[in-house]
Amino acid sequence: MKNVFATRWGIIVVGAVIGVLAALLQKFGNPGNMGICVACFERDIAGALGLHRAEVVQYLRPEIPGFVLGAFLSSLLVGDFKPRAGSSPLARFLLGMCAMIGALVFLGCPWRALLRLAGGDGNALFGLVGLVTGVGIGTIFFRYGYSLGRTYRQGWGVGLLMPIVMAGLLVLVFIFPQTEGQPQNGVLFYSVKGPGSQHAALAISLIVGLGVGAIAQRSRFCTMGALRDLILFNHWHLFSGFLALLIFAWITNIILGQFHPGFVGQPVAHTQSFWNFAGMLVAGLAFALAGGCPGRQLFMSGEGDGDAGIFVFGMIMGAAFAHNFGLASSPNGIGPHGIAAVAVCLIVCLCIGFTNLKKIGE
Amino acid sequence: MAEIVDARGLSCPQPVLMTLTKIKELSSGEFEVVVDNEVSRENVSRAATNAGWQLAQEREENEEFHLVFKR
Repeated sequence: MKNVFATRWGIIVVGAVIGVLAALLQKFGNPGNMGICVACFERDIAGALGLHRAEVVQYLRPEIPGFVLGAFLSSLLVGDFKPRAGSSPLARFLLGMCAMIGALVFLGCPWRALLRLAGGDGNALFGLVGLVTGVGIGTIFFRYGYSLGRTYRQGWGVGLLMPIVMAGLLVLVFIFPQTEGQPQNGVLFYSVKGPGSQHAALAISLIVGLGVGAIAQRSRFCTMGALRDLILFNHWHLFSGFLALLIFAWITNIILGQFHPGFVGQPVAHTQSFWNFAGMLVAGLAFALAGGCPGRQLFMSGEGDGDAGIFVFGMIMGAAFAHNFGLASSPNGIGPHGIAAVAVCLIVCLCIGFTNLKKIGE
Repeated sequence: MAEIVDARGLSCPQPVLMTLTKIKELSSGEFEVVVDNEVSRENVSRAATNAGWQLAQEREENEEFHLVFKR
């Protein structure tokens, strides 16, 4: 059976649907220009679990488990569920950490970079240029034979781990729901102010998460892959979905009165242009070297890809580091150790890149 | 016997890169690409047909896809 989602029109429709849903999630309560942000939402989950204690970014965002479980159910339904793992897990964990730290210097993942631009935040342009540069550097590594090695088939149990973990997180939300004005219920922390306190109703977030997970899994939607394939092969397939997300989020924002062009005073954003660029450069390079944007890593982990699951946990750990040690930015600007974090993460990514050039001398 | 590109266990963009490298080597003829996931199957097929090659044969064995391209 032909996979209509993987056709040119399929990927465009998926990008458009994600763009519209993301803008609607903002209308329903998610933070400004943050209808969907994989990095921010995983950071909020790290906060909800107490892995960091930044009080304004603690909420177990149901969209993330929704993405994984939507992709899991979709892949199970059509036979795409293939448990696999074993391709340089530690390198992927560290790439996940670097990707998250870079994204939190910019304040957003590639999805949010598009949504910020679609909401009129000019600072996102510097992040997007950084993203293109980072992915571009990644393609140079691929041209010279970069590979993290082959992955291997695993038993069903391994493939089920990530969906089970995500289902477990959802169970925690139902056992310990948010109590009005309270910063904690049982094992979960909740923000009472700031971006972590702004969210759509649980059912809406979960349903959108499941839906996006399913269609993104079928279409192979990937914001990093969009840029990588364009730079590396001049292939426009994924990029057409990337553009559709931007355009349809922008149109929806205009209709909903959420488009506010400018640089200053944008929601959950700072105006330090170079560090917006550099943070996203590091994130883009890390996503490229790991083979997928943060959303795609979640969808692949739902398909049974244990290596993608490792990357996701690396990102969550990176978020904990970023907020525990002053690496993450805030609307006031970069964190006290943000510059050092960008430098260290860039060096880590370059080391992983150079030390995995398999074909040198062949 | 067609030349074989073994891209099993590799994720994008490597199967496509390997396929396009083989296409650069061969101006015409036949080669086979072996992949073990649906995404690589779609991407390799799309890349080779975009480059002017025809997917002459496709078979699935033991959860592996064997794609034969001709020009």
